[in-house]
Amino acid sequence: MESLQPISGPWALIAMSLKVTIIFGVLVLVVAYSTLAERRVSAWIQDRRGPNRVGPFGLLQPVADGIKNLLKEETLPATASKAFFVLAPIFVLVPSLMTFAVIPIAAPLPTPAGIVDMIIADVPIGILYVLAFSSLAVYGVVLGGWASNNKYAFLGGLRASAQMVSYEVALGLSLITVLMMSGNVTLTEVVWQQQQLGMWFAFPLSLAFILFVISAFAETNRLPFDMPEAESELVTGYHTEYSAMKFSAFMISEFGHMVTASALMATLFLGGWDLPGTWDDAFWHEGQLIRGFTQDGVIVLANPAWWKTVLTFGGFAIKTSFFMLLYIWIRWTLPRFRYDQVMALGWKVMLPTALAYAMLIGGTILVLDEVGIRWGFSYGLALTAVSGVATVGFIFFLDRGRTIIGAAGQSRQKISITGISQPATAGD
Amino acid sequence: MAISVKVMNRPEPEDTSYLRAALSGMALTFRHLVNPSKVTQQYPEEPTDLSPRWRGTHRMEVHADGRPKCVACGLCPTVCPANCIRLVGGEDDQGNRYPIVYEIDEFRCIFCGMCQEVCPVEAIHVGQHFENAEYTRSRFVYDLDRLMEQDHPTTLLWDPSDPSSE
Repeated sequence: MESLQPISGPWALIAMSLKVTIIFGVLVLVVAYSTLAERRVSAWIQDRRGPNRVGPFGLLQPVADGIKNLLKEETLPATASKAFFVLAPIFVLVPSLMTFAVIPIAAPLPTPAGIVDMIIADVPIGILYVLAFSSLAVYGVVLGGWASNNKYAFLGGLRASAQMVSYEVALGLSLITVLMMSGNVTLTEVVWQQQQLGMWFAFPLSLAFILFVISAFAETNRLPFDMPEAESELVTGYHTEYSAMKFSAFMISEFGHMVTASALMATLFLGGWDLPGTWDDAFWHEGQLIRGFTQDGVIVLANPAWWKTVLTFGGFAIKTSFFMLLYIWIRWTLPRFRYDQVMALGWKVMLPTALAYAMLIGGTILVLDEVGIRWGFSYGLALTAVSGVATVGFIFFLDRGRTIIGAAGQSRQKISITGISQPATAGD
Repeated sequence: MAISVKVMNRPEPEDTSYLRAALSGMALTFRHLVNPSKVTQQYPEEPTDLSPRWRGTHRMEVHADGRPKCVACGLCPTVCPANCIRLVGGEDDQGNRYPIVYEIDEFRCIFCGMCQEVCPVEAIHVGQHFENAEYTRSRFVYDLDRLMEQDHPTTLLWDPSDPSSE
């Protein structure tokens, strides 16, 4: 008989060590293979095939890259600030891999010794921890740019600081709606409330979802927001002077940030490990693993099983991969923003929209609670309607008020050739 | 002097929608992403198509009895602009001239194909072949036996009356 109690005693220690080892190992593996995925997908988008020489389908390419980067010469610019130059890649790498600790990856796993939560650290400050550690990465970028004593690297570092600080505001504000909905900052509770609502937050909070995705792109310095790197302007920006494994550390951290941001988007807006239906729902409520409540508020106990853990982990992996693909897809489609456009979008569009939307959702939640609608599917539908209107309005605004004719086609009719001196005719 | 100015009829930034262009771009890249036809040639596995006029590794034509067709007339070393052909001619009992030494340094060769053009007996040819990597430099000097062993197709000479080879 498997107990429905959380795992405790020495078994908890073993389970925790195993979880840390496995999740960290898998995360690093996923990061390594996302570099390959980026190269393959970029190749496919450009009608090429991509690296397929090392191992079957090129699957050993990350290993080859790792060996190459380990064996290459580490350069240290003579004028660089040596201590900070060496520290910067570490400052970038560590936060990008640490953030994953608070993200729940699957339904709780029952073992003979008790139930194991599929999360490394179910800390009560979940989202705040994520925000704190993702902000720490900017120090490494700025430090790397400054310590290189190179004007391009320095400009890259400056841009990174301005950009990441700007978009953090919109990121945090779009998260406020999620926190209002879930009533807590732990990510397990965010997943639980989505299960209880019967729909994922991407629908009732559609505008926050869009804003969060855009801000997350800016936070991870990916195209179209890769101002800190901007290879056509700044060589490669803040890591211009870095080589070999230190450069590799910057690349690993970029992909680590991508994986973490993808997992976070999946958790906050696509239900995390939740799959459609209530069969997999599970949450610790007053010491019991519950599946939900009946109409009268009676607890329904959850029925964890190993296959549910496996299936929900599969769901989580698919959702995360979807966002990874989105990252890569957008990178190889869109050109880079100009720097002032990045700032204008961040401060003049994202920030006011996120603020207004937070107030709108707050007001809607207040009204729904006053009316007395239960937290459930109809609650979600009402919020979906409100958010849908807000999202359509936002897109209408971004599209400069047009919905039918292409923007360029319409303005072509408007522009008349003026200010060009016509050849003088006889009448003049 | 007349300076012509081409006015690009670009929409004003205030009138353009980044969103719309971005979405159509995403659709375009997605079509290419899922499109299975790729332009990359998987070279070592898939043999590459060479033009019939591709000028590569030389070969020496042989008679049915295995003798080289070369008559050691000396025209090819004379015409060779890179001076890469070494020819020492000899004469047998019947008075037929034949090459005692015939060497081509493939490193010096510029693959102009003039040796093939000038040859009166169509003995030396440049060929449709390029995979001649070796481990030592000395292996790139092809002697007569090695030239006679080559079995790749020979190059089609350019015909001035049919410039596009039709």
